[in-house]
Amino acid sequence: MSKLQPLWTPHKALTPTLNAMHDQRTLAQRLHMDIPLLLGLLLLSGIGLAVLYSAGGQDTNLLVRQGIRLAIAFTALFVLAQVSPRHLFFWTPWLYVIGILLLIAVLAFGDVAQGAQRWIRVGPLNFQPSEMLKICVPMMVAYYVGGRPLPPSFMRILVAGVLVIVPTLLIARQPDLGTALLIACSGIFVLLLGGISVRLIAACAVLASAGAPVLWYFMRDYQRQRVLTFLDPEQDPLGSGYHIIQSKIAIGSGGIYGKGWLNGTQSQLDFLPERSTDFIFAVFSEEFGLAGVLLLIASYLAVVFRGLFIATQAQDTYSRLLAGSLVLTFFVYVFVNIGMVSGILPVVGLPLPMLSYGGTSLVTVMAAFGILMSVHTHRRLISA
Amino acid sequence: MKPLHTIKDIARESRIVRNRVIAACFGILFLAGLLVLRMAQLQVLEYEHFSTLSEDNRVKIVPLAPTRGLIYDRNGVELAQNTPTFSLEIVPENVDNMAVLLTELGELVEITPADTERFRNMLKKKRPFQSVPLRFRLNEEEVARVSVNRHRFPGADVHARLTRSYPRGASGVHLLGYVASMNEEDLQRVDAAAYRGTTHIGKTGVEQAYESLLHGKPGLQRVETNARGRILRVLERSDPVPGNNIYLTIDASLQAVAERALGDENGAIVAVDPSTGGLLAFVSMPVYDPNLFVDGIDSKTYRKLLASPERPLFNRALNGQYPPGSTVKPFVGLAGLELEQVTEDHEIFCPGWYRLPGRERRYRDWKKWGHGKVDITQSIVQSCDVYYYTLARQMGIEALHDYMALFGFGQRTGIDLHGESAGLMPSTEWKRRSKGQAWFPGETLITGIGQGFTLATPLQLAMASATLSTRGVRLRPQIVLRRDDAATQSHVDLVPETLDTVAPHLETNWQTIINAMADVVHGPKGTARRIGVGATYRIAGKTGTAQVFGIAQDEEYDAEKVDKKLHDHALFIAFAPVDNPRIALAVLVENGGSGSKAAAPIARKVMDHYFQQVIDDDAEQLILTAAELPTDENAAARRMP
Repeated sequence: MSKLQPLWTPHKALTPTLNAMHDQRTLAQRLHMDIPLLLGLLLLSGIGLAVLYSAGGQDTNLLVRQGIRLAIAFTALFVLAQVSPRHLFFWTPWLYVIGILLLIAVLAFGDVAQGAQRWIRVGPLNFQPSEMLKICVPMMVAYYVGGRPLPPSFMRILVAGVLVIVPTLLIARQPDLGTALLIACSGIFVLLLGGISVRLIAACAVLASAGAPVLWYFMRDYQRQRVLTFLDPEQDPLGSGYHIIQSKIAIGSGGIYGKGWLNGTQSQLDFLPERSTDFIFAVFSEEFGLAGVLLLIASYLAVVFRGLFIATQAQDTYSRLLAGSLVLTFFVYVFVNIGMVSGILPVVGLPLPMLSYGGTSLVTVMAAFGILMSVHTHRRLISA
Repeated sequence: MKPLHTIKDIARESRIVRNRVIAACFGILFLAGLLVLRMAQLQVLEYEHFSTLSEDNRVKIVPLAPTRGLIYDRNGVELAQNTPTFSLEIVPENVDNMAVLLTELGELVEITPADTERFRNMLKKKRPFQSVPLRFRLNEEEVARVSVNRHRFPGADVHARLTRSYPRGASGVHLLGYVASMNEEDLQRVDAAAYRGTTHIGKTGVEQAYESLLHGKPGLQRVETNARGRILRVLERSDPVPGNNIYLTIDASLQAVAERALGDENGAIVAVDPSTGGLLAFVSMPVYDPNLFVDGIDSKTYRKLLASPERPLFNRALNGQYPPGSTVKPFVGLAGLELEQVTEDHEIFCPGWYRLPGRERRYRDWKKWGHGKVDITQSIVQSCDVYYYTLARQMGIEALHDYMALFGFGQRTGIDLHGESAGLMPSTEWKRRSKGQAWFPGETLITGIGQGFTLATPLQLAMASATLSTRGVRLRPQIVLRRDDAATQSHVDLVPETLDTVAPHLETNWQTIINAMADVVHGPKGTARRIGVGATYRIAGKTGTAQVFGIAQDEEYDAEKVDKKLHDHALFIAFAPVDNPRIALAVLVENGGSGSKAAAPIARKVMDHYFQQVIDDDAEQLILTAAELPTDENAAARRMP
């Protein structure tokens, strides 16, 4: 690998200028942090801890554990922010290949937990390769599509499609349909941002809806049940419909101003299942009401728009496409989770980023924002 | 590798991405708007709906079962009480391995396969946090053993609960009845709201008849529960109202004496206070232990009770319908006098048999060689059958039926117990209706001596003699002397209820009959003269010996030769003292033989006990003045015939 050349180096003549510029940069710039984005993420983390404290039944241990995870996640953000996009670009194909190999390894030797094979044990650590792919797939597609002038040709779109489909199917095999679809999305977002024609998008949409029955064929029973439950939660109010019914009761009974922090009866009295993880938004809505919900959605939108702004400000196509895709995928997570908890989407078992209890996906999300910060703070300052 | 940008139009690519990002922004705003609308729909438009559902989730109404009223006898002796019993109960959700737990508990206390089976059945119906009883009625030693080892059995615990018990056991069971677990039928019959939380209901006797008073009113608890239904706190509580305590008119010691007096015989004794209609003793033998039924009787014991030829479950006093035999003679005789069919000194000659004119068949007297010349008094004293054949034929069945009906023959007495039998006083109309046959003159004859179709319950006989003793006041038999309403701190006392009055045509007619009955016991020729010996009070009585099976013409009835269950029923009706009657009773000994030998001595024992103890103790209590009578409430509780 040492034979590989850096993919991009600044012109020698620029070095003194850059050094001089370096000296003038603020502390934030020197640490490669983007302050608005960081503030947004810190705000969401704070909200997350507050809701988790309530949802977890005022369990401080739970809070400490989540705090440690947040610390790890922010460290990942910080570390990735220091890595220049050109290094990422350089490593992209290798990371992608390693990711695919790990997915295959998971299917071959992974640990089985709750009927799914998602984990691989590396020494003392449990590692979930699908999390890595959440970032590697958009990187790879951006690498491939960004390597030629935009918009991509039809052939390149097809090849990019293969790059997306392979990890998607591997993850769907685990089975982890939610993550698989989200990873597919992240790849497709790169293509969309890369300017593939609207007609092609329309055609794909038609194909996708036609492909739905095929998807049904590939689904496991519990996944089919989720879709059926989504279509009619009342058909099985004590079984699979219970989650969504209780969740809607929690949200609806919150009203405009909520029942108050720690006072949500649905969550405090255990009516709401999985309230620390996938259904934490229902806890939030019950306790803080519509007012809180508006604030929370606004916070997410602030982070998303800042991220999209960073994407437009990026100086190379790879960075733009990658940053844009990561941010859009983040938004899709938020949308799908809230949509599912409020009953307009089927229950797909995706966490709400920054709020749900759980470590792995949190680290991945923060890593993605680390990349965004890196993209924003490693710009060559070319005066117009 | 070449720099990326060399062959690309940087500005164009930047523009493409920027345009797409802008498009994405609109998409994001659209989707976020969708979420906001959805949230507004749930939290504003449907707030009321979900708020109610949330409240329904959180708040549950838990019924609190009332404490069942106690039952005492007239002197305050406890007949039915609620005793704390200890049961071993298990909360399934706290148990790791149920099979192991049951095995280990089985080493400490006895757990039968039936217990295990019932436990497993209940387990399926209850939620995991609800306590399920495994064993009832632990003894003290078992309680101690489980308590000491409790730490070894998370989820298992000893619970105290109130269980109905009958301290006097089998004594008086046919009057008192028992409670048992409510079944499907009960659940459908009762007011579901009043019985939420109640597990047992009165099945027979007083427990059944006074269920509504004994049960009480349930309380309610509004509680906050979590999703598993565990109660976290009580929001509101209204206490249950305990049921009324009931004092029966029965004297428990008299009841016991009467039961002992019957001994091993099957039969019935009903004793009543003629001035109030309150029952003093209500015996049906043999008896059974009502305590067996409270926690559910095991099927083997139950089958044994059902299959027993002695029929202990059968309430002979209430439902046993027997030919009254000669005990009807005072009533038939009174009918003859009152209807002016005979006069007091009219005599007939009894040769030992009677023959309808122009017929061959001889209707025999119990005394083979006859009683000779007999007037009405002697007809009762010596129990002459021929006199009553003659009188009955003269009166005709219709007059006989109508007069007997005045004393309650063939009608329910209206006692406040369920399922009373009516007996049978035949008439031509009845025979045509039920058998589709004409009435034969011979049937009138045997009706005159209380045989044939005639049937009466011991209760009816006791009430009829009470009516005779009071010179015509027919009261409804009652069993509740007083009930205490704990909630209102008030009590309601027995009010005698007159059903009918048999207006005497001539007072002396009644006196003649009553004197004759006194002579049955105290006269030199009386059929029950043996029991008159040594009595400190005067008794009016009449023996009866009812044929169980017919003997053919000219055939001898020989007790030695026939099976015990074909022996005659022995009967005796009586009241005492003759001039100021305090007790009236009927004794029936199934297949006991003759009334004078089998039934009359029993009556004497009961009356002796009564006059030695009861009268002295609380004669005052029995007499109610009009001023004390409660009005509306009592009238509502009254049951009119």
